[in-house]
Amino acid sequence: MQDAYDKAAVLAKYGANPAIQAIQAAQPDALLDAKFDRGELTLKIAREHIRAAATLVQKAGYNFLEDVTCVDYYPLEPRFQVIYHILSHRLKARVRLAVPVESIDPEVDSITPVWPSADFYEREVFDLFGIRFGGHPNLRRIMMPDEWEGHPLRKDYPVEGYR
Amino acid sequence: MATTPETPVAEVTNAKSESSTFAGPNEPTPVMPYAANFAIAPLLEPRLEEGARDRTMILNMGPQHPSTHGVLRLVLEIDGETVLRVVPDIGFLHTGIEKTCEAKFYQQVVPMTDRIDYLCPMTNNLCYCLAVEKLLQLELPPRAQYLRVLLNELTRLQSHLVWLGTHAMDIGALTVFLYCFREREELLKIFEHVSGQRMMGSYFRVGGVSMEPPVDFYERVQNLLNIMPSKIDEYQNLLTGNPIWISRTKGVGHLSAEDAIALGVTGPPLRASGVDWDLRRDMPYSGYENFQFKVPISNDCDVWARYVIRMDEMRESVKICQQALDGMPGGPLKADAPKVVLPDREVMKTQMESLIYHFKIVTEGFAVPAGEVYQAIESPRGEMAYYVVSDGTAKPYRVHMRNPSFATLQAVDKMCAGRLLADVVAVIGSIDIVLGEIDR
Repeated sequence: MQDAYDKAAVLAKYGANPAIQAIQAAQPDALLDAKFDRGELTLKIAREHIRAAATLVQKAGYNFLEDVTCVDYYPLEPRFQVIYHILSHRLKARVRLAVPVESIDPEVDSITPVWPSADFYEREVFDLFGIRFGGHPNLRRIMMPDEWEGHPLRKDYPVEGYR
Repeated sequence: MATTPETPVAEVTNAKSESSTFAGPNEPTPVMPYAANFAIAPLLEPRLEEGARDRTMILNMGPQHPSTHGVLRLVLEIDGETVLRVVPDIGFLHTGIEKTCEAKFYQQVVPMTDRIDYLCPMTNNLCYCLAVEKLLQLELPPRAQYLRVLLNELTRLQSHLVWLGTHAMDIGALTVFLYCFREREELLKIFEHVSGQRMMGSYFRVGGVSMEPPVDFYERVQNLLNIMPSKIDEYQNLLTGNPIWISRTKGVGHLSAEDAIALGVTGPPLRASGVDWDLRRDMPYSGYENFQFKVPISNDCDVWARYVIRMDEMRESVKICQQALDGMPGGPLKADAPKVVLPDREVMKTQMESLIYHFKIVTEGFAVPAGEVYQAIESPRGEMAYYVVSDGTAKPYRVHMRNPSFATLQAVDKMCAGRLLADVVAVIGSIDIVLGEIDR
């Protein structure tokens, strides 16, 4: 179980995984951490390298972006983790990229140049978590009204009652 | 905004808002850039090139337009009858289910998953339960798996019937709607029979299903399965050879396989674009590996292909239901996990141990080991997935739903651009959109 969360152990065991290989070969400093838990591979990617990592993973055969979302670990720092789930139709496997983001100036590069489908997902994360995506073609609120103040899915935003 | 209107926007966003009473303990909330930093421009403006500003027109479609299947607002840029651009505007049904989930026990989230997609509540139940079961690493008895597959395929039939009826009605074939709803009523009666509710059944539970199906349940399902193939023929007889239907659907809403993958399209629209991918077959869950069925695909990439594929899918669903009925194993319907699954009523009232577990589960929920899982299943509309993060307590730390319509909606612009205005309605119908699951 502990091995599942240990980067060196995961890399040793699943080093043949195309996503790990591609990132290790082209951009080893992008890979901060790796874990393999409950049959799911998670690669923690440095914030500045996410677009490069997404491109590498796409070239490695993970052709379909399923989902972009975020988790708020308030009050820990880095506070946010932007999560990308990417599926490979050929390998019948998926990989999860997790990008830690600090609470001061939360900004990540948009991966819309790699997968246009990230458009709505990144808008949703921007709307509900307040993370900006650099290079996004149309970054605006998608769920909440345009003039809404605050980002509802943050942990310091109450579930009920008045704001 | 709580500040005075004279305050410049930039200052408002850099100062901590007076109205926020929700700052963390003894710590000021870090100043965050709010949406006010970004100019709120109209969704779509006419093009300015060639100085001909009034050559194109912005047309608002919805949110209360009957063919938008709920509250979808589309902003269209049209040049005469030709659509140049389509910009969807969503969020009218946003109820913050993801946020509400964080305040509920794991078992209390199940009824909320029903309300996300009101056409396939059982599929949502299944996806959420599978995700939590994966977190708990809970093994389900085969009978529960078979029953879940059976109900899921019935849900798929039900959802496709509503799709067919409304899609045909959008295009002008009113009769089909009544025929479809006749069989859908039977399906809803079966759901009511098994769960007590026509639509929001919440029948699936973490670790099994809520109760034994009634005695004549299988018989009623069998009766429905007996008539279903002939009814599907009946719908097809109304539409397949119909010249109006053909001219309204063939060659309309073209979406290539590359575009479909790039735009995140899943389910029948993806298979209609020639991508052979079905999670039930390719990454089986809940015992789907025990069933034999075909995955219909087509290379036509248009509205017609999506229609054909869904009709074939209905036939395959009937076959899967039949296999589930024939091969229904015996045994328990709930996993052997007394700390997670509520005990049967009888046992609870006679055994002290069970009473304690019952009390503990109801009052404090059950703790789920820390971790994160992503569970994807094939819903009638495509890939539905739940991403559940646990911090080891009895309430989920984060629940995120990946809903197929949300991604598929991004492809509307690609499918409609350059086509006629009337085709927009056909395209929206063909992607089988449900706004409840988009806005959540």
